[in-house]
Amino acid sequence: MLDLVTHSAEETRKFGKKLSKCLKAGDVVALVGELASGKTTLIKGICEGLDVKNQVESPTFTLMNEYSGKYSIYHVDCYREWRLEEWLKLGINEYLYGKGVTLIEWADRLDEALPNGTTHIFLNQEIEDENCRYIAIDARDEIEKCISLMGFGNLR
Amino acid sequence: MIVLGIETSCDETSVAILKDNDIMVNLISSQLLHQEYGGVVPEFASREHMRLLLCLTQKALDQSSISLNNIDAIAVTRGPGLMGALLVGLSFGKGLSYALNIPFLAVNHIEGHIMANFLSRDSGLNFPFLCLLVSGGHTQIVNVKDFGDYDILGRSVDDAAGEAFDKAARILNLGYPGGPAIDEFSKNGDPTFHYFPRAKVKRSRTDFSFSGLKTSMLYLVKQKGQEWAQGNLPDLCASYQEAIVDMLRTNTFLMAKEKNINTLVIAGGVAANSRLRRVFSKEAKNLGIRIFFPSPEYCTDNAAMIARTGLEMIKHKITSSLNVSAVPNLPLN
Repeated sequence: MLDLVTHSAEETRKFGKKLSKCLKAGDVVALVGELASGKTTLIKGICEGLDVKNQVESPTFTLMNEYSGKYSIYHVDCYREWRLEEWLKLGINEYLYGKGVTLIEWADRLDEALPNGTTHIFLNQEIEDENCRYIAIDARDEIEKCISLMGFGNLR
Repeated sequence: MIVLGIETSCDETSVAILKDNDIMVNLISSQLLHQEYGGVVPEFASREHMRLLLCLTQKALDQSSISLNNIDAIAVTRGPGLMGALLVGLSFGKGLSYALNIPFLAVNHIEGHIMANFLSRDSGLNFPFLCLLVSGGHTQIVNVKDFGDYDILGRSVDDAAGEAFDKAARILNLGYPGGPAIDEFSKNGDPTFHYFPRAKVKRSRTDFSFSGLKTSMLYLVKQKGQEWAQGNLPDLCASYQEAIVDMLRTNTFLMAKEKNINTLVIAGGVAANSRLRRVFSKEAKNLGIRIFFPSPEYCTDNAAMIARTGLEMIKHKITSSLNVSAVPNLPLN
């Protein structure tokens, strides 16, 4: 587990950009956090780091956006469709076990389907300072090590 | 000319039959009676598209008293949308086109939303015009110079406007979908009750950012408490709605003036918002701009708009090869 704090949306985005350098083809990143906790912002950063030129927009209504960058990027959002069985029918496994990088918002709804080795990111906002985000990361050792080597987070 | 339209890009399965410029039938899965299809019509899932598509096509033919042999062309959404969902409609349409030996037309979903404006009879709408497409999934200002000639002048860099409505409704416990609920509460509210900041996008005068708006609502409700929020629902809704409409109005009319366009069309689900209609109509009148709002039934995802785009493609002598594939991130131009 890794913990860190960002102090602005810009910092959250920058962290995402750094984090992207630790990802490789086939990786799944599962983001969990309430409304306005910075999930889409973090994903924007990851996409920027993966050379995505498309506009990264929230897929809340479209359910999934695809971008092309260093890899094929699948930006999934389970806010509106929270039933695991519906996602399985939609073929989510093809993305979870595919060759691209899959970034999932509201990923707790897919918990049972997520592959081993998924990078879990939990985001929390604090009422005292509305710009601060507490970010906890639970990932494979190599990813956690890669993130901490970049100067982010305190390994627990 | 009779065109069969098929739309399966996301949640909705839809089939429509267009005869010249008249919609004979426009069936949308979520509007089906539940009991007709074995109890439940799930909102999503590509396998459901498969199950529903055949039923809907048969029903569309029956209702319009048109036989398959009378269909002149098949128009199907190619993208943008969900790969699995798009493939179902596309494959089905290709099969029909091949079997009936009639033209196959692969349609861009966003272009469909723009062309939906031509479905209202005697609308008097002509190219060129400026289109504000505003829904749960999309917020774009498009300069529609001619059929097939589009320029995206502005778009949301994060949440769509419809999403901003929906997420605020969740914060205020108003249920889903949230847009209509906020519109309704706002009718008895004071839009000046609370000022929600209108975000500007760096290095762009025409892009939108709605993501910060829901954050403002969240913190306001967290600070003052849910009880306070529930006690001030109409005023809160009206203030929030005002911010969204204000942002849409500012950028849209700025572009209309700058590009010297005197016809404006509002498409997408949020076009049904009553405050948006009032504010936009008033400003358009003041500036001498003609404004069009398509019928609500053609604002949300539907196959009628796909058939209408297909018809226009035929008029322009454009057809698609049976080799075209679904493109989940298909750009407009």
